[in-house]
Amino acid sequence: MIEQIFTASVFASMIRLATPYIFAALGETFGQRSGVLNLGVDGIMLMGAFFGFYAVYITGSLVLGVAAALLIGLLLGLATAFVSVTLKAEQGISGIGVYLFGLGMSELLFQRLIGTPKSVSGFPPIHIPVLSDIQFLGIGQIFFNHNLLVYVAFALVPISAFILNRTTFGLMIRAVGQNPEAADAMGINVARVRYMTVAIGGMLSGLAGASLSIALLNVFQQNLTSGLGFIAVALVYFGRWKPFGVMGGALLFSFVNALQLQVSSLNLNIPSEFAVMAPYVITIIALVFASKQTEKPTALTKPFDRGE
Amino acid sequence: MREFSLKPLWNRLLDIAPLPVALLAAFAVASLLLLALNAAPGQAFASMLQGAFGTENATAETLVKAIPILFVAIGICVAFRGGVTNIGGEGQMIMGALAGVTTALLLKDAPGFVIILASILVGFAAGALYGGLAGFLKAYFNVNEILSTIMLNQVAVQLMNYLLNGPLLDPSEAGLNHIPKTARIVESAELPRLALTVPQFVANLFGWENAELFARTRLHYGLLLAIVLAIVMYILLWRTTIGYRIRAVGQNERAARYAGLNVRRQMVLAMLLAGGFAGLAGVVQVLGLQYRLQTDGSPLGFTANAGFNGIVAALFGGLNPIGAIPASVFFGGLLVGAQKMQRDLAVPAALITAINGLIVVFVVSSQIFSKRRARRRLAAPTPPATAPAAAPAPVQEQTA
Repeated sequence: MIEQIFTASVFASMIRLATPYIFAALGETFGQRSGVLNLGVDGIMLMGAFFGFYAVYITGSLVLGVAAALLIGLLLGLATAFVSVTLKAEQGISGIGVYLFGLGMSELLFQRLIGTPKSVSGFPPIHIPVLSDIQFLGIGQIFFNHNLLVYVAFALVPISAFILNRTTFGLMIRAVGQNPEAADAMGINVARVRYMTVAIGGMLSGLAGASLSIALLNVFQQNLTSGLGFIAVALVYFGRWKPFGVMGGALLFSFVNALQLQVSSLNLNIPSEFAVMAPYVITIIALVFASKQTEKPTALTKPFDRGE
Repeated sequence: MREFSLKPLWNRLLDIAPLPVALLAAFAVASLLLLALNAAPGQAFASMLQGAFGTENATAETLVKAIPILFVAIGICVAFRGGVTNIGGEGQMIMGALAGVTTALLLKDAPGFVIILASILVGFAAGALYGGLAGFLKAYFNVNEILSTIMLNQVAVQLMNYLLNGPLLDPSEAGLNHIPKTARIVESAELPRLALTVPQFVANLFGWENAELFARTRLHYGLLLAIVLAIVMYILLWRTTIGYRIRAVGQNERAARYAGLNVRRQMVLAMLLAGGFAGLAGVVQVLGLQYRLQTDGSPLGFTANAGFNGIVAALFGGLNPIGAIPASVFFGGLLVGAQKMQRDLAVPAALITAINGLIVVFVVSSQIFSKRRARRRLAAPTPPATAPAAAPAPVQEQTA
């Protein structure tokens, strides 16, 4: 039974299903490193998923689908930044508002504009020549046989790490998240940096949603994400605010998702609920052990006030 | 003798002023959305009002919808006042319902009132423990309660799906394509229906057919329980030392610590109470309405989002349990009215979820104004006459 469950296709699904987690959690990492907790990720994802899907449904163009998802993500990200940075609203609660807005709005638009569940032809798998033919341990199938967005997501991990750790922009982000007063004194515009990171987070959340609706599932339905965006927020803590750590957490969750799919497709009589529960429990335990959290941005959730 | 001044009253009014403003702003956006959907806003809101309060049955359905929202909201008031951001209403509600329905099924041979009392107490306790767990992790291990409660929500959903498809599955439902639901509780364990007897002349005045209001509706005694407990919790929060301590921690954790309060204990207590009330929302939903625990397997299948709507109602009630009563009825009305709007104008009821989200965003955003005023008040040379006790400013500085 074990070899029936842990097949190469399960690991391939793990890689594929990590995509939305990685996009959303990387986006959230930027925001949190600058001191803003965006809890509305799930709502933004749902909107991105819908707009991406709708654009593809109408035009058939995947490029337009991605563009639509990025655009709605950008708009909602800016709105979130306005609420969190300019109006200094309590971030944990305003995020719930953004979530409810996205949840309701995406369903409203879906029912009004599409109505019944339909599917689109999303991003096709790309067989990378030579590499995708590697039979050894199923490596070709596991790593080199995915759609474009999967590769983009994994490519963004080192890119994000580079931006955060090796560029001036990254330094500014970290400064603003660790010590906004000092950053401000150094002449960094705290509000502008936070607007930018939250906008980046919004765009990546929109893309995360689209990766579900036009690359992995190719459908849209009510509450398509079913809370995936909230997990993405937790993954940032889990991954200790580091892109590679975040990717590790994403793979943990997607692995369990893949296992669950496999178990149910084999019609095995194993209650999959406990497998699904496991990563949440592991995350809580990880949060307990990470309680020292020296890496945690000191100013996280604290609005910056110049003292006017 | 105290000098007569309108200032305290004015300040109090300004404190709640952001709420109607936030509501108006949300409805302004909703109107734009409706226009974009080719529906006349006036017509849509009229249809909603009609659907929510137009008939005896509509009003009853509104109140039925308000019950779980109010229970959750009472708990949210305690948690948020205590500086703990409880997002776990959904999970705590599920745990309360699971524990409550199990109790009711196990005790099926006991007298009705024993079953009801035991189920309610066990439901409260289960929700309290589940919320308290997040409070404990926050207080003693510095685990962000927003994240832990979100995780615990998902764990609760999975536990419910497991139990309703396995150990708790209704025996008559066994089979491959069963609906995940428990057996029905015995009839004597059902919360009685709530009917109001009004004087005949009042009934005549409104043209009601009889003076037994709500007699043939689904309205149940859960409403009364929720209202009584809202008042109790108001008293607890503002008229007892326990509540004073909880609020002190929420207002200023550091000051509370210097004043010698056991901050950790207050946090756990706030979360125990918050979880307990969410648990009540779950168990009362079982005993008063569904008579079993049933879900469609989705995260919102049983709770119908009450765990989140309770947050909306609590915020809109000014984080005051008594304020939460009309707020919950209002949001219950929105949800029920939206169904009629959907039938009349083909505007999807999901609009209400979006509006609720906007209300949350607008309410928390508008707090910047009350914060500014509070600061100005502090900076004023002569402190206003109503320094202590009055005007619980809905401001809470809170850190992760």
